[in-house]
Amino acid sequence: MTYLPKPKLHHPGLQHNALGFTRRDYEGAISTLCAGCGHDSISAAIVRACFELDLPPHRIAKLSGIGCSSKTPTYFLGASHGFNSVHGRMPSVLTGANLANRDLIYLGVSGDGDSASIGIGQFAHAMRRGVNMVYIVENNGVYGLTKGQFSATSDKGATSKRGVVNSDEAIDMVGMALQLGATFVARSFSGDKGQLVPLIEAALRHEGAAFIDCISPCVAFNNHEGSTKSYDFVREHNEAVNYLDLIEGRPPITVDYAPGTVEVVQQHDGTWLRLRKLADDYDVHDRVAAMDHLQRRHAEGEIVTGLLYVDPDPRDLHHHMNTIATPLNALDDAALIPGAAALEKLNAGLR
Amino acid sequence: MSQALIDASPDSVRGLQRVNDFVVKFANVNGSGSASANTLFGNAILRMGVPVAPRNIFPSNIQGLPTWYEVRVSEAGHLGARGGVDLMVAMNPQTWDQDVKSIEPGGYLFYDSTKPLPDSKFRPDIVRLGMPLTELTNRAYSDSRQRQLFKNIVYVGALSALLDIDPQVIVSLFSEQFRGKDALIAPNVAALHMGRDYALAHLPCPIGLTVHRADAVGDRISIDGNAAAALGAVYGGATVAAWYPITPSSSLAEAFIRYCHRFRVDKATGQHRFAIVQAEDELASIGMVIGAAWNGARAFTATSGPGISLMQEFFGLAYFAEIPAVIFDVQRAGPSTGMPTRTQQCDILACAYASHGDTKHVLLFPEDPAECFEMGAQAFDLADRLQTPVFVMLDLDIGMNERLCRPFVWDDARRMDRGKVMTAAELEAGKDFGRYLDVDGDGIPYRTYPGTHPTRGAYFTRGTSKDRYARYTEEGDAYADNMERLLRKHATARTLVPHPVAHPAAVPTRRGVIYYGSTSPAMTEADALLAEQDLPVDLLRVRGFPFHDDVAHFIAQHDQVFVVEQNRDGQLRTLLITELEIDPAKLVRITHFDGTPITARFIAGAIAKAATARTATP
Repeated sequence: MTYLPKPKLHHPGLQHNALGFTRRDYEGAISTLCAGCGHDSISAAIVRACFELDLPPHRIAKLSGIGCSSKTPTYFLGASHGFNSVHGRMPSVLTGANLANRDLIYLGVSGDGDSASIGIGQFAHAMRRGVNMVYIVENNGVYGLTKGQFSATSDKGATSKRGVVNSDEAIDMVGMALQLGATFVARSFSGDKGQLVPLIEAALRHEGAAFIDCISPCVAFNNHEGSTKSYDFVREHNEAVNYLDLIEGRPPITVDYAPGTVEVVQQHDGTWLRLRKLADDYDVHDRVAAMDHLQRRHAEGEIVTGLLYVDPDPRDLHHHMNTIATPLNALDDAALIPGAAALEKLNAGLR
Repeated sequence: MSQALIDASPDSVRGLQRVNDFVVKFANVNGSGSASANTLFGNAILRMGVPVAPRNIFPSNIQGLPTWYEVRVSEAGHLGARGGVDLMVAMNPQTWDQDVKSIEPGGYLFYDSTKPLPDSKFRPDIVRLGMPLTELTNRAYSDSRQRQLFKNIVYVGALSALLDIDPQVIVSLFSEQFRGKDALIAPNVAALHMGRDYALAHLPCPIGLTVHRADAVGDRISIDGNAAAALGAVYGGATVAAWYPITPSSSLAEAFIRYCHRFRVDKATGQHRFAIVQAEDELASIGMVIGAAWNGARAFTATSGPGISLMQEFFGLAYFAEIPAVIFDVQRAGPSTGMPTRTQQCDILACAYASHGDTKHVLLFPEDPAECFEMGAQAFDLADRLQTPVFVMLDLDIGMNERLCRPFVWDDARRMDRGKVMTAAELEAGKDFGRYLDVDGDGIPYRTYPGTHPTRGAYFTRGTSKDRYARYTEEGDAYADNMERLLRKHATARTLVPHPVAHPAAVPTRRGVIYYGSTSPAMTEADALLAEQDLPVDLLRVRGFPFHDDVAHFIAQHDQVFVVEQNRDGQLRTLLITELEIDPAKLVRITHFDGTPITARFIAGAIAKAATARTATP
């Protein structure tokens, strides 16, 4: 029950970050989702990413729509302002919030029903505007809260728990985000913390529209045989294009022990992404190649995960709009109101 | 040049004789360039010190369909639509028959006589003023575009002679209009004189309708309500606007863009102190407004009825989550594909009770551009103070037509009222923060902007399912407690919205009239007509919802109250009955809903009929 506060008993040995916070300071209320829900793993990954990046929790605004995924912002970052908005409309609310104060970090959490079905229009337009945000879709291919109906990301041919076969084509939100101009596009799996946490960290550092499609099996309605979003199915069909580390502000000095090639990418804010490449031919800066790769692997029945595309020098909506550096919500009367003299001049022109 | 003689009126017709008090209507084809010539005509009369009320009656079309421009000339200052036409400038063959029919007996018909028309196309009781416009312009100009555009100026020239308008006034308007493009002045002046000279030589100038110089305009300004409301939003401190194009509200958003570029660009950096998004639809527009307002910016959208329908779910969220938002609803006849370019006051109930669940919203009813400006600015203070959506209810008639009104004023000492916002210092000092806690007894809680304090004041925003401290709960008592507080807040709103304005009759009467918004000028004029008929009425103009106590008192003081509205169902009347628990039999519905602006003649006629009926049927 989320109205019961989680006891804040910190173990004295808990690690503190640069701000003096422990990981517990980034947690929220106790989850009311089903035991084993992939969404809880994603919440844990968000907690961990924010802790590791030393982000002040109150400088993050977390917004969501409606559904199981959209309930999760209650379960992480309890010291952040949160907004559980309207079904499928989180992107517009987040866009407005971002316009009001460009200095906060915006974390949008949504689901496949919320973003690919009812909210696909708002998803698309937020991406093409380049809103500076992290947009995570907790994708389980099913409507959990209304008990098991197919969503728009359910694969064609997948069966529901009741045995109904989905005959509609699935929407691949990664493919859409690439096409729509998102400047950071990734996919991960809730069961793969090693891949997911650094992806969220990199997305949080990205100064543009960052999208992560996170496959998150629904233990209640979509973890059975015949489901293409179950733990087993995803583990068997996962093709990771790369693994990621994020290093703050300075080039890595660590020695890389992982097999395969390593690529270091500097983001706009000065942080470094270190990509441990698993697929030899994968170029993280080639949008067209990313779309091609995605389609080809999909045809082979594989789910591509990892960082599929990143623009190292993204431009966001405020850049396009030439907005003043001061957050709009901090402008005072003097900055906003032209005054009586200007009005008198205006009157004169209307006679 | 013989056509004028062929089409001459029967000698027996004596034309109307009026000075500074008549209606001229131009029938044109949309996209023919007539709008600027017609505006020029209206402005010329205005410059002679005589008030005019121009109205565009236009189709949902860019080119080809009929369009009309009506200019009411009234030294007495009547700015409402009057009904009837004294001089018809019939430039559109498609609408000839209906245009001729609409002329008052003894009225005048100005038309293009290049092609002779049979006598059956005219009426015996009107004065014909034929002029071979096409022939004249074809002879003078070789380019077809010039022929079309200058034809409009030629008829303005002819009208100046017919109505005795000082041509020098029009010439000086050309100089102002074409400042910086001086080469255009001479050809326009030439076209003006071509029309004028022809009329003076061949037509009975001046006719019985004439303009005499007066001093009846004063310091008033002329502007459309949409632009005035947009300016109000600038002065109200709005920084975020999200909108989706829809007639008749688009020009409000576009005016805001214009004024922001004029007043809100940082001189040093060229950067913008505003953010305007043309959204993908109305749902996204209101979503952005709510997101921005939640985050402490002043934000608004402009829309019309169909947009109001689409935004319903979000209005409910904003009401329950207590987020300030300003919505300019420029009303038009419904539904979506109905009559988007015709005026009505038909969204009153849709806005007052917008969304699912128990909701009541704050509405403001401006009567003219001056109030569009004032309420446009005030709406942001009210929204912040009350932490709720505020609807400014314009309509096409005031939104899209230029209207004379008192000049805009602003007090430089005035400051934005951001309402109850808890600061970092207050949180740091340990002040108790409950997002939905009624600490002052007015139903209005404190809020915090995201990012205010590192450890205090954060809360989770959701519709309901919350207690006074914004903690999740589905307890019925907590829900009811919150709903009761929202009612207390609504009662507070009653004292804050603009108060109604009373115009008592000269003599005591038990009859009252309630009206609002763009009905105002027609009602004021109807008031005089009713007094002449020995039917004095007390007037009360409602300016806000929830209703101020004065509204209930006014109804209580009268035996019979006429509620004048521009919709079919008497929507404000319904709201009065429901919210003030009034006996429906006491409130008589006077409704006008054909999409044209309500007229004084209609109001006076309908009230006289209802008042003299033995029993008034509600």
